[in-house]
Amino acid sequence: MTLKLSEAEGFILKALKPTEEGFDPRVTAIQRRLASIKLITPVMSPKGGVGKTLVACLLALKMADKGAKVGLLDLDITNPTAHMMLGMNVAENKPIEDKGVVPPKFQRISFMTIAYYVGEEPLPLRGADVDNVIKEVLAVTIWNSLDSLLMDLPPGLSDETLDILELLEKPRPVVVTTADLLSLKSVEKLLKLLDENGVKPLGVVENMSRGDADTKVLELCKQYSVKFLGALPFDHDVGASLGNAERLSRTKAAQAVEAFIDEILKEF
Amino acid sequence: MVHEWALAQAIVDSVEEYASSEGIGKVKKVIVKIGELQAIDKEILMFALNELSKQPYVRKVNIEGYELKDEEAILKCRVCGNEWKFRDMKLNEDVMESAHFVPEVIHAFVKCPYCNSRDFEVVRGRGVYIESIETD
Repeated sequence: MTLKLSEAEGFILKALKPTEEGFDPRVTAIQRRLASIKLITPVMSPKGGVGKTLVACLLALKMADKGAKVGLLDLDITNPTAHMMLGMNVAENKPIEDKGVVPPKFQRISFMTIAYYVGEEPLPLRGADVDNVIKEVLAVTIWNSLDSLLMDLPPGLSDETLDILELLEKPRPVVVTTADLLSLKSVEKLLKLLDENGVKPLGVVENMSRGDADTKVLELCKQYSVKFLGALPFDHDVGASLGNAERLSRTKAAQAVEAFIDEILKEF
Repeated sequence: MVHEWALAQAIVDSVEEYASSEGIGKVKKVIVKIGELQAIDKEILMFALNELSKQPYVRKVNIEGYELKDEEAILKCRVCGNEWKFRDMKLNEDVMESAHFVPEVIHAFVKCPYCNSRDFEVVRGRGVYIESIETD
């Protein structure tokens, strides 16, 4: 008897949804690849320009400083920039093939990005292609055992966010916002979506803060029963430190991350 | 290229998961479709599949064999509608190696030969799929 897997009916395992092509074996592989990671933290915000990449990189740097085994995956597939923020030369540091792809370490962080494969070329992709890249990268990347895998997501509530919700067992996002109305309203939509999907964020980070934590941000956290992790000050040194991980690690923004990093390490 | 081992592992795990959930203890043959774009070394893939199907890797299901079917890669421009074969393009080894890992990266290096757009789709022949399994 031949079972055409594209026509399989009544088979409801989330990991093995049949497509027109047949079964996509990558989805099973993803569960296996991520099984030995204690904490998976997508860094998210639907609003662009609020500092997701900065927060993801600083979290990775500070966790590594504390001795945690950390991975960082740039999931901004069409415009990866985390390597630029950290100052990693993707032309010289490539993943190693060993029954999959082992990401190179940079600043003690296992770092994976599509930039290894496209360099500085533009990579314009439709949604279905983005989804394919995410599945491929998650299926072939060998992280081994990590305490934490951070993911730097692009803005929006599109394929990357939906893949996080679909493919990860228990993601614990860090949500980044600024105190302005547009960002807060955007983040509220994200918190609602996460709540609907039973995803519990580690907390909210306020970026580009002008002083103490903004009351509107705190109110939003209270409304959605999400922890407020901390406020990163507006910091001119961040711009001047781009591409230099050591210097980035000494900025006031980095110190603010350091102040709440133990809160996150407790989750391992 | 040893990326084939990762794909083989994914295939074996998927078949095992599917078959065991359906109460199937023995699979005579798994038919796997291999898209040209991913430039899979079929010899390595077949070796890896057979190795990984042996005990003790697979405990729940006995998989007896595999058949690998090639699928030609066809690209179609979303702007002008032009359709062309991937194999007709002259791409350097680095690009082929990148496409081997993540086929979508060809959008960074390939343009429609007719209108020069990067906005094209892979109609078929992208990657690896389990087409069907044969049981008793």
